[in-house]
Amino acid sequence: MLDSLLPIIYLVASVSFIIGLKMLSAPATARRGNLVAAAGMALAIFGTIFLYKKNGEHLHNYPWIFAGLLVGGIIGVVVARKVKMTAMPEMVSMFNGMGGACAALISMIEFNYLQSSGQEAPLGLLLVIVLGLIIGSVSFAGSVIAWGKLNGSIKDKAFAGQHIVNILLLIVLLVLGVIAVGGFAGNWQQEVFYIIIALSLLYGVMFVLPIGGADMPVVISLLNSFTGVAAACGGFLYNNPVMLTGGILVGSAGTILTILMCKAMNRSLKNVLIGSFGGNKSAG
Amino acid sequence: MDTALAFLNTHMEMVYIVILSIFLGVEVISRVPSVLHTPLMSGANAIHGVVIIGAIIVMGEADPENYLALILGFLAVILGTLNVVGGFVVTDRMLEMFKQKKKQ
Repeated sequence: MLDSLLPIIYLVASVSFIIGLKMLSAPATARRGNLVAAAGMALAIFGTIFLYKKNGEHLHNYPWIFAGLLVGGIIGVVVARKVKMTAMPEMVSMFNGMGGACAALISMIEFNYLQSSGQEAPLGLLLVIVLGLIIGSVSFAGSVIAWGKLNGSIKDKAFAGQHIVNILLLIVLLVLGVIAVGGFAGNWQQEVFYIIIALSLLYGVMFVLPIGGADMPVVISLLNSFTGVAAACGGFLYNNPVMLTGGILVGSAGTILTILMCKAMNRSLKNVLIGSFGGNKSAG
Repeated sequence: MDTALAFLNTHMEMVYIVILSIFLGVEVISRVPSVLHTPLMSGANAIHGVVIIGAIIVMGEADPENYLALILGFLAVILGTLNVVGGFVVTDRMLEMFKQKKKQ
């Protein structure tokens, strides 16, 4: 009986995310919507801890899991409660970065397993691992920079031709991704993987650094949807429907929200992302 | 090409979920008033914290002797929890402030 409970829990959690998002988009129900989504999340987390089985075996390492939940939970509540109202957007950015880093770490560990197992990895598995790694790392680095810019510790920096450098960086990253997924690297697989981590972090930094401080909420919303996609990669990795629905839902809703935010500011997304180069005369 | 098609075929159910979720996400959000943009972003931020489930699974499956996996997994669980808990609490505070503003 208990074995068939987890898929139902995941279903309930997925529906709660959808209803939560829906309620969040209307002023009268927004606060309740947040609680609905939170309840679904709690259900999914504890369901996973106690009911998840792989090949008939329960999870182990419970002390580690609970210690992690406790440490993260306490820090999360304290920080979120203490933060000043004006500093909330940067806090959201920081939490978003944590989610991205979490997705990237999962990819690293799974890659490590694949390497040590010595077997040839299925293409699809490698694809979601590398995608989760790239998107998660970009989101993490970008969010930390966005956080730094919002609280004033990092200044706008742009140099001539920065967007060309960024595009080149992205192309190199994609080529390396194809090499890693396609298994063209031979014995250098591990090294390629590490270079991808480094370049993804660098790209996240370079991507956010030149964007003006006033446009930061738009960028955070964009990075937010990136992290959603990274979470969805985890859903493919573990065949986990709640990660998939939650991740994709945030990915698409976040993208639309980003566009809506741009519209509210009477600008286009392209304008926000590239416009800063035109605005900075000293750079041109 | 064959491997890509085979991958798609074995994961057809998930591909359906992805496509339907994309449309659902767009529909659910599309009529949001601009005052709610930031709380909604924050709420969505908390929801993508589902990635914590992946962290729990990777942690729970790790070999107790594999310290690299244990340490990275532990870190992932902490970061994921921060994302979830912090995200929901911050959203709640934002919406609380929003409600007070309306009363005045």
